[in-house]
Amino acid sequence: MPYEIVIGLEIHAELNTKSKIFCGCKNEFGGEPNSNCCPVCLGMPGTLPVLNKEAVIYAIKAGLAMNCRISEVSKMDRKNYFYPDMPKAYQVSQYDIPLCYDGYVEIEADGQTKNIGIERIHLEEDAGKLMHDPNGQGTLIDYNRAGVPLIEIVTRPDIRSPKEARVLFENIKSILEYTGVCDCQMQEGSLRADVNLSVRPTGQETLGTRTEMKNLNSFRAVERACEAEAKRQIELLEKGLKVVQETRRWDDSKQESYPMREKEESLDYRFFPEPDLVPIVVDKTLIKNIKASIPELPGARKKRYINELEIPAYDANIITSDMKIADFFEEATKVCSNYKLVSNWLLTDLLRLVKEKGQDVMQKLTAQKFGELMVYYDKGEISQASAKKVLDIVSETGEEPGSLIERLELKVQRDENLVESIVKKVVQDNPKAVSDYKSGKTKAFGFLMGRVMAQLKGNGDPEQIKRLLTRELKSLME
Amino acid sequence: MNIYSRTIKEINKMLINREIGAVELTRYFLDNIKRKNKEINCYITVCEDKALRKAEEAQKLIDSGENISPLCGIPYAVKDNFCTENIRTTCASKMLENFIPPYSATIVNKLEEKGAVILGKLNMDEFGMGCSSENSFFGPVYNPWNQEYVAGGSSGGSAAALAADLAGFTLASDTGGSIRQPAAFCGVVGLKPTYGLVSRHGLIAFASSLDQAGPMTRDVTDCAIVLNEIAGYDPMDSVSVRKGFENYLDGIDRGVDGIKIGMPEEFFNTDFAPEIKEAIFKAAEELCQHGARSYEVSLPSVKHTVPCYYIISSAEASSNLARYDGIRFGYRNPDARNLDELYKFSRSEGFGKEVKRRIILGTFALSSGHNDKLYSKALKVRRLISDEFKNILEKVDCLVAPVYPTTAFKAGGDNCKDPLKMYLSDIYTAAVNLAGLPALTVPLGLDSKGLPIGMQIIGKAFCEKLLFQVGHAIEKIAGRIIPGVKS
Ligand SMILES: [Zn+2]
Repeated sequence: MPYEIVIGLEIHAELNTKSKIFCGCKNEFGGEPNSNCCPVCLGMPGTLPVLNKEAVIYAIKAGLAMNCRISEVSKMDRKNYFYPDMPKAYQVSQYDIPLCYDGYVEIEADGQTKNIGIERIHLEEDAGKLMHDPNGQGTLIDYNRAGVPLIEIVTRPDIRSPKEARVLFENIKSILEYTGVCDCQMQEGSLRADVNLSVRPTGQETLGTRTEMKNLNSFRAVERACEAEAKRQIELLEKGLKVVQETRRWDDSKQESYPMREKEESLDYRFFPEPDLVPIVVDKTLIKNIKASIPELPGARKKRYINELEIPAYDANIITSDMKIADFFEEATKVCSNYKLVSNWLLTDLLRLVKEKGQDVMQKLTAQKFGELMVYYDKGEISQASAKKVLDIVSETGEEPGSLIERLELKVQRDENLVESIVKKVVQDNPKAVSDYKSGKTKAFGFLMGRVMAQLKGNGDPEQIKRLLTRELKSLME
Repeated sequence: MNIYSRTIKEINKMLINREIGAVELTRYFLDNIKRKNKEINCYITVCEDKALRKAEEAQKLIDSGENISPLCGIPYAVKDNFCTENIRTTCASKMLENFIPPYSATIVNKLEEKGAVILGKLNMDEFGMGCSSENSFFGPVYNPWNQEYVAGGSSGGSAAALAADLAGFTLASDTGGSIRQPAAFCGVVGLKPTYGLVSRHGLIAFASSLDQAGPMTRDVTDCAIVLNEIAGYDPMDSVSVRKGFENYLDGIDRGVDGIKIGMPEEFFNTDFAPEIKEAIFKAAEELCQHGARSYEVSLPSVKHTVPCYYIISSAEASSNLARYDGIRFGYRNPDARNLDELYKFSRSEGFGKEVKRRIILGTFALSSGHNDKLYSKALKVRRLISDEFKNILEKVDCLVAPVYPTTAFKAGGDNCKDPLKMYLSDIYTAAVNLAGLPALTVPLGLDSKGLPIGMQIIGKAFCEKLLFQVGHAIEKIAGRIIPGVKS
């Protein structure tokens, strides 16, 4: 029986604010354990939260970028549960009135474009981290992360394949990066996803029983976890068994999921409005200002690259998926308007360098210099081989491409008289090759061309040399 | 020189006129504490060294001849649920027996800046839960008027310290009557300000949406003096209200001519001590003789006050007190073998019986399946009560009401053994917290047992001035009462 997979994602993103959500502590990753805490984020008796306005603005920004409506009045609520990483034993979150609701994100997967609904985006605080005491048997707690502002993005169950889940997660990451809302350092946990998945026989209206997998922190993990879980659920149904509604933990290294202990999922959070904070009132001017501060988003950029710059869709997709690359591309095309050339070089040679030498390469190189180099190449002033050489050196040293080309004498030599005199000399100096050519051995022409190119230190224009050499040999044969 | 039971205003004058020095004055109170605290048990912690140091600093300020605050050099004490930097802050709980905060409550800082001299920390019902100050890990507080009786609660220590002359004024907090009831039991003046007027930062939360800090003083003028110094917006407390400075002493002796006083029938129709009823009617009558007019008014929803108050306050408390888990601060059971045991043992042993009762009640009220019938419903009732007060207070300027069904009751009696009876007695005070309004307790003399009778005046939000004005008039009529001094 064919089955349909139904997936919804809950994505947690740490906001890129300067300070934590309710206190003045810096919002920073890492540092000595418990070096970045204060009485407020440690939940000490008598302390009170003060909501960081920047966090509200970032959350709204994310909402607007995902086409959400913004609640004019929303509130914070307390989610009560005991766990040592939660200093107050409750998390301040939003329960029934989220800051943003009813939006969508466009995805393109398996050759189709569709919108995935965003049910809500709400604001909340992150918890600390538990770690095992390396010197003993106990558990240690680092509260540096406690009170870092988070948004939770909850999609509607509109996703129909593991691939779509992955693409949606990728698109949301790009949007968060473009808007500057989140730094999206997934290995540091600043962006992570929970997956809700169910299957049903194709054509069936009602949803199947769903399971949840928590804290997936890579695109691949999301896709794989969805594939494995869909397979597991279908196999159960095929055997006539039932899917149990539960929370499962995905182990990406083993490519398997396990049910979490029942206790962890049967919590009653006893939500109620946070009495220490006043309602969040968002006026229209603020929304307007935030809207104005949102840059062109990846989807729109991609469309523009394809339609206006005539970049192939595949290339446009890769460029826009990473804002740093897209911005680099945009800058470079301000210098060199051969968009396709810039895009080709960026996707092959530049990304190769980034892969080999790391992100620093782009800072050394700069889009400006990259664009200048492309201009030299585009005008035929340097050869492809020289352009590659210059790219390699500039990305190491940051030298100006122009002065480097001068210094290494890489400019293509097109002086007609000079090239002609070299051609003449080469013909004179290589009588054997000339006679071979005359007797019909065409290979000899290539040899002679190579000689000329060598005389020009590789900086000759092959077309010009070919033309002049053909003329010279022809004149000899007449 | 006789400084027994002098008001802030009087002491301030003596300090300025060099009739007494700030250090001498502080020593007077410290000596009183040494002599009497054993019987009254109103202090949990006395900070003698700090007090003397502060007194010396205050004396320097006085000697500088500059314009000093009326609280400069005045010794005061603080209910032990306000955080005080480097001074143990216990909430009268075993849970916080050894908790020394690295910060002070905003209002403690404000008083410090004004040169007031902190004497120590005052006993109370554990975490503010109770009405007799007998629910304290540090033992009960006894009433200075008669030590067989309780001082009231939860701010029993704050009221008793004043009545026994162990402080010039005190700070307290009121969640459902915790300032007004002990003030009535001990014959002092106590103000529960409008919610949001005084910062809660550093006040260890019981029920955040109801808790309000306020002063206890010997008379109404002193109360206005202290409120002048502690009121105002605090960026550290998001619910504190941005409001310009208002001098609460202005017009305090204007009298009550033309003031409209409401007497809620739902309060006066209840069963409470006839002597209290008589005293309040007499006071109202005399106010009318001075130009006020009294009206019988109705607040139909206040009959739901007690369940509504206990659901909301316990729900918030269950969440506010969850942080005492034995992990970061406070009592930690040493024998726990795993996380569950650590929570269970630390909280079972660290909290007293009444606190645990409220936590269980509140957890239940918020739990899924009960939330709709309890917590959510209580929020709706709260809105009703609040609206009724608001509407009535558009027709009259203030309301007068009893504070508690009785005067101080016997210590160790069954009041504490029957929680339901105890809870029901909060009917007159808790509605005011639900509505977020200000209310002032003033003494009306003594009953036949020689125990103080109190009355509360309830006003519109942020109309504390009018309460002082009416309170001042009553004070003039009823006179001050001082233990050991015939009035
Ligand atoms: Zn902090």
